[in-house]
Amino acid sequence: MIQSLISIKSVRHAYKTASGPLPVLDGLDIDVPEGGFVAVVGPSGCGKSTLTRLLAGLMKPDEGEVWLHGERVTGPKSTVGMAFQNPVLLEWRTILQNVMLPLEIVSTKMSRREQEERARHLLALVGLEGFEGKRPSELSGGMRQRASLCRAIVHKPEVLILDEPFGALDAFTREDLWQTMHRVKSEEPFTGVLITHDLRESIFLADQVVVLSGRPARTQYVMDVHLGAERDIEDLYTPDSAEALRVLRHQIRVAQGRAEDTEQEAAE
Amino acid sequence: MILKKVLVPVAALILFGIFWELLVWANGWPNYKMASPSDLWPAFWKFRWLFLEYGWDTLWRTVVGLLLSVFFGVFLGMVMGLSRTMRDALYPLLVGFNAIPKATVVPIIALLFVGQHDMNTILIAFLISFFPIAVSVSIGLSTLEPEYRDILASLGASKFTIFWKIALPKTLPEFFGALKVAVTLAFIGTNLMEIVEPHGRGLGHLFDSGKISADYPLMFAVLIALALMGIVLYYIVVALEQVFAGWAERPQT
Ligand SMILES: Nc1ncnc2c1ncn2[C@@H]1O[C@H](COP(=O)(O)OP(=O)(O)OP(=O)(O)O)[C@@H](O)[C@H]1O
Ligand SMILES: [Mg+2]
Repeated sequence: MIQSLISIKSVRHAYKTASGPLPVLDGLDIDVPEGGFVAVVGPSGCGKSTLTRLLAGLMKPDEGEVWLHGERVTGPKSTVGMAFQNPVLLEWRTILQNVMLPLEIVSTKMSRREQEERARHLLALVGLEGFEGKRPSELSGGMRQRASLCRAIVHKPEVLILDEPFGALDAFTREDLWQTMHRVKSEEPFTGVLITHDLRESIFLADQVVVLSGRPARTQYVMDVHLGAERDIEDLYTPDSAEALRVLRHQIRVAQGRAEDTEQEAAE
Repeated sequence: MILKKVLVPVAALILFGIFWELLVWANGWPNYKMASPSDLWPAFWKFRWLFLEYGWDTLWRTVVGLLLSVFFGVFLGMVMGLSRTMRDALYPLLVGFNAIPKATVVPIIALLFVGQHDMNTILIAFLISFFPIAVSVSIGLSTLEPEYRDILASLGASKFTIFWKIALPKTLPEFFGALKVAVTLAFIGTNLMEIVEPHGRGLGHLFDSGKISADYPLMFAVLIALALMGIVLYYIVVALEQVFAGWAERPQT
């Protein structure tokens, strides 16, 4: 058996709230092989962000296990990189200093010079050359998200966790960033989990899409994406892609408990 | 640019002085009702050495009291900002304390430590000014968005590292906002005590002497000296803010 780099086994979790426990995850299974990229989609509030926090070791699941690279996750690890919907750049630092932040926490073999070179290289890779010395407030939303992506991978993490990183961007910027993601992945291979609510994004970026059920979430449906490593936006408009999107859209309706709507549509 | 920044307020000050002089002259007010700027200079000159000496007293007492409130206020703000329980426990106490008019505390302290002029004055300056600092620091720390914490926590950074690299710098703009309020408050505290205490020195004491000897221009001159000192202290804080939290200012468009 090939060992998965990320392995989530029958994970259950409930938040303690004032009105009793709120079950959020209920029997979740996800496996990602080394170098794989899994997109997780599901209804709003079903527990996707909770999943990322468990993966990052920021929380422990009530039941079940999370494994990274053959080690059980019990706390945060420096081999993880994270980016969120909110780019959370530190306003008092320049873009370059923001990108280099993880290197101040994680010990690397890189010298100070090499660290800076790496950060500059990544910024150039995502198209932010010339903005190294700017403050976050001088950048557009899309540019900030690019910088946040550089910060997430600057310490060469084995696992990249992305929680709706492109959620707040307009459609054009988003498509730009999808291409950027592919460019980054071909130069800096990583194993990734991407949370998204955009089905086109999920099949454009991932090799596997996992649909979660409504809260409490379990793995409802898994789809393998058959697009090559080289992807173009046009690939989203082939009959195969249209069919994949249709199936996913149906699965989301099921997850939302609105499956009848789709069946009615099909009948019409 | 800088010339403009200095010239405009100075011109405004001069205009204000002229207006004041004219107002007093036009109404024919005697100087016990309203002294005019031309009365003030002789008063300053006559007591110039006392102004320097007492001004220095007032200044260093205010600054020491303010430093105490910065240390204590930041400490208290940290305790309340980082622990929910401590916030719930301390907040009502703090609000209650702050609600007590400090004018009523002044005589109590003056009687508690009779003759300890420096200590009493510093104590009041401190008591009156630490509240805004404590509140702003605690709010700044407790409203830190979880994602800010997570970008470092997910790498295994310690609580202290997160505090030092993120929570603290992020709170600086709020801290300086509160410090600007605290400067003025500390100054009021110092003068309250100096006015009340006999033989207490300081500009407040000089004001009281002016009152006793019915030297109205002297009283007005003290007020102007206090105003000038307040302006200087305030702008020192503004300069520090520029250095340490200048990033919080949005680029002008
Ligand atoms: N710290 C918490 N304490 C209590 N309940 C929480 C907490 N965090 C999240 N929840 C609840 O758990 C559920 C799942 O939250 P989560 O953020 O994981 O959802 P999500 O799938 O990421 O949603 P979205 O698609 O809107 O980002 C929500 O109903 C939320 O209200
Ligand atoms: Mg979420």
